[in-house]
Amino acid sequence: MSMEIPYTVEVRPDTGLNNGKIGIWLFLASEVMLFGALFASYVMLRVGAPEWPRGSTYLNIPLATLNTVILISSSVTMVLAWASLVKQDFSRFRLFMGITILCGLGFLVVKYFEYTSKFHHGYFPATNTFLAIYFTLTGLHGLHVIGGMAVNGYLWGPGSALWKTDPVHFTNRVENSGLFWHLVDLVWIFLFPVLYLL
Amino acid sequence: MSESHDPKDAHAGHSHADVDRHVRAAYFVFGSLLVLTAFTVGAYFLHLPMRAAIALALLIATVKGTLVAAWFMHLVSERTLIYWVLGLTAVLFLPLLLLPTFTVLDGIVLR
Amino acid sequence: MGQETTVAHHGAAGAHDAHHEELGFWRKYVFSTDHKTIGIWYAVTGMLFLLFGFGLMMLMRWQLAYPGQALPIIGALLGEARMPGGTMLPEFYNELGAMHGTIMVFMGVVPLAVGGFGNFVLPLQIGAPDMAFPRINMVSYWSYFVGGSVMLASFFVPGGAAQSGWTSYSPLADIAGSGQTWWLFGMVFLITSSLLGSINFIVTTIQLRAPGLSFWRLPFFVWAQFVTSFLLLLAFPPLEGAAVLQLMDRLAKTSFFLPSGLVVSGQVLEVSGGGNPLLWQHLFWFLAHPEVYVLILPAMGIVAEVVANNTRKPLWGYRSMVYSLIFLGFMSFIVWAHHMFITGMGTTMAAFFQTTTMIISIPSVVILSALFISLYGGAIRFTTPMLFALGFLPMFGIGGLTGLPLGLTAADIHLHDTYYVIGHFHYVVAPGTLFGLFAGIYYWFPKATGRVLNETLGKIHFFGSFVFMNVIFMPMFIMGLAGVSRRLYDGGASYSHAQGVLQWNVVSSWGAWALALFQIPFVFNFFWSMLRGKKVDRNPWHATTLEWAAPSPPPHGNFETLPEAHRGPYEYGVPGAARDYSPQWEPVKA
Repeated sequence: MSMEIPYTVEVRPDTGLNNGKIGIWLFLASEVMLFGALFASYVMLRVGAPEWPRGSTYLNIPLATLNTVILISSSVTMVLAWASLVKQDFSRFRLFMGITILCGLGFLVVKYFEYTSKFHHGYFPATNTFLAIYFTLTGLHGLHVIGGMAVNGYLWGPGSALWKTDPVHFTNRVENSGLFWHLVDLVWIFLFPVLYLL
Repeated sequence: MSESHDPKDAHAGHSHADVDRHVRAAYFVFGSLLVLTAFTVGAYFLHLPMRAAIALALLIATVKGTLVAAWFMHLVSERTLIYWVLGLTAVLFLPLLLLPTFTVLDGIVLR
Repeated sequence: MGQETTVAHHGAAGAHDAHHEELGFWRKYVFSTDHKTIGIWYAVTGMLFLLFGFGLMMLMRWQLAYPGQALPIIGALLGEARMPGGTMLPEFYNELGAMHGTIMVFMGVVPLAVGGFGNFVLPLQIGAPDMAFPRINMVSYWSYFVGGSVMLASFFVPGGAAQSGWTSYSPLADIAGSGQTWWLFGMVFLITSSLLGSINFIVTTIQLRAPGLSFWRLPFFVWAQFVTSFLLLLAFPPLEGAAVLQLMDRLAKTSFFLPSGLVVSGQVLEVSGGGNPLLWQHLFWFLAHPEVYVLILPAMGIVAEVVANNTRKPLWGYRSMVYSLIFLGFMSFIVWAHHMFITGMGTTMAAFFQTTTMIISIPSVVILSALFISLYGGAIRFTTPMLFALGFLPMFGIGGLTGLPLGLTAADIHLHDTYYVIGHFHYVVAPGTLFGLFAGIYYWFPKATGRVLNETLGKIHFFGSFVFMNVIFMPMFIMGLAGVSRRLYDGGASYSHAQGVLQWNVVSSWGAWALALFQIPFVFNFFWSMLRGKKVDRNPWHATTLEWAAPSPPPHGNFETLPEAHRGPYEYGVPGAARDYSPQWEPVKA
């Protein structure tokens, strides 16, 4: 379709925003409600439980701390990737976006070791409610990491062709993908202390 | 964020100077986040009573989250519309988080 | 079909061609990104599901009117597994009930009201060439289609479709047959469709309004779709979360919703326990209450358009209607536990939800009253859309009023889970929303096809539907007040307190079958008029809103030149004007 949709790239004067920016924030709002529901479930189940294990009973705090650092770092490299595009340095974008994706991969690898260690010890979602909410919350979060990596991967790879024809549009896409990635980081910032440290 | 009207410089309204400032802010936030992560883990070793531990953990997480939202997600310099959307979301998030637990706590008492 | 648009071009010159190649069949019709095509796909699919859901209900009504009796012919067709000897098994009754509700709400009404009308009309009414994200729009439809297909397929899995109510309460839904898992996966696709659609609607309404079309010049229909989209955006995710948790319970053997020590068929369930069935209820109703406003608001929007147009005067109280809409949307998020008054909640929380529920009736009353008052002094044209709009008003009134005792905790103790509830919500959705949607179909059919639907058939459709909707649902209040519970597969026949009111089951059932007959003129009219209906020009109703400036049907890109709005949406009967309507797009004469 070559019909022009207004304000896809340029901002609409009265709102000061383009369509994609509003779209991604609306999506993030819905994600806040999704994770909110799971956090609400955690609160309701924990308050209603006669006893509740501390995270350290089952979970590996050092590994999770490492994962926290990995995710925070990937958020910074995401910002740098976008900033590189604004300064029209495509190869630096490639570098930082690549690191961001690798950090995501690192996060998942650590998660893999965490999960397999749990299973090895006979700790499954079915074992008790704590483990159930742990696996569900971190599992859903992990799916979002994968999703974010997929979009970032697309923008690093085939999607980057847009840089040549419409660099501003491409920069905006990277920015919007970055917003999603930061939300993934933000959710983890809450997940980590709630599940592991309390 | 200064509005640049030169089409060649029109990368969503950011000039190069803006971006450099932004990147510096991002590094500062990065450092803060690492420090705060250390605090979070350190607080664990304080072995506080549960209520205090929860409050402290959530406080630190909120500060970290605010830093990410404000600088990584550019919310410090975002448009009013986005603030409204997020404000609405925050207002609706609270009943979702709290009311189900309140109904469980406020049970029928048989006398 | 080269389209020259007058929207400002940007970016490298020559990168955007005004001429585009003719698309193949698949890209043009099946995977179309044009909001009108997508809207029609949504509407037609939605209507087919409505028909199917109606069919399920007609089967249920046989069992309710004549419990245990063999259903001639159809009973045999449905097979021995479900209707041995033509008599309905209770499990099958439950399947029909759960799927009737699910299909009507999630696959029928909302896709038609929001996906269909919203997609087709909204960009036209704001003077836009399409939605903000045409490809996401296309994905949203196909996600709906997949979700709907999963739901239909679930009828054929061992154990049959979901049969724990459209509300899927735990623990029953947790331990139910595999149909419930299919229901959950179907919901995930439907919710995804909804989220994508709502993002599109919100961005489109904010960003793509034509020059001069400020928010206070928007047709009420657009406002209604805008608020509805926020409800969908923010209320659906918790249900998605709940679905994930229920899937975990069913597939990973967790106990989010299973309490400790649950006994099923005499045996203690071997699960970790520690879960809370009420958690499901909270998460479900957090969505499902705003969902009922999703069901009604688009219809109110349509009725507002049709009333203004057919009274030839502006809507009375447009601003208060808009403020009420916004307030209603917000309040709808904090009333949900009025569906849970009987779950053991203490008086503090019950009082909280009772209060918010009473408060939320105010904006509804404001909107309904404004629509009624809008009729006063109007030059009313009793066209078919107007008949349905007029029918909507008292029917929604009855639906709304009967909601009040349900929102009061004391009365709800008696009425909860009885036929009174079924009567209440069906009044709002069936002669309420559905009448609004029919009004919309008759009203916008000419814009979509360039032809009008036949008025005589339309009037037969209306009068028959109006009468028999009331025949079906009015008796339910009587049954509910007598204490007959809902979801009983014999309609209460085995309960002594129901004996005095059982005859009403027969009345409702014959009403339902008669209602079905009166839909035949509509179905016939719909297809006949598409091919042979009287052709009309682009503004047969002499309406003022921007969609009537486009050709009928509008081409890709909608308008020859994108319109500008020069006045409010309901400038009918303006004193001193040459005609009894001043369209929004016509420039003000100096």
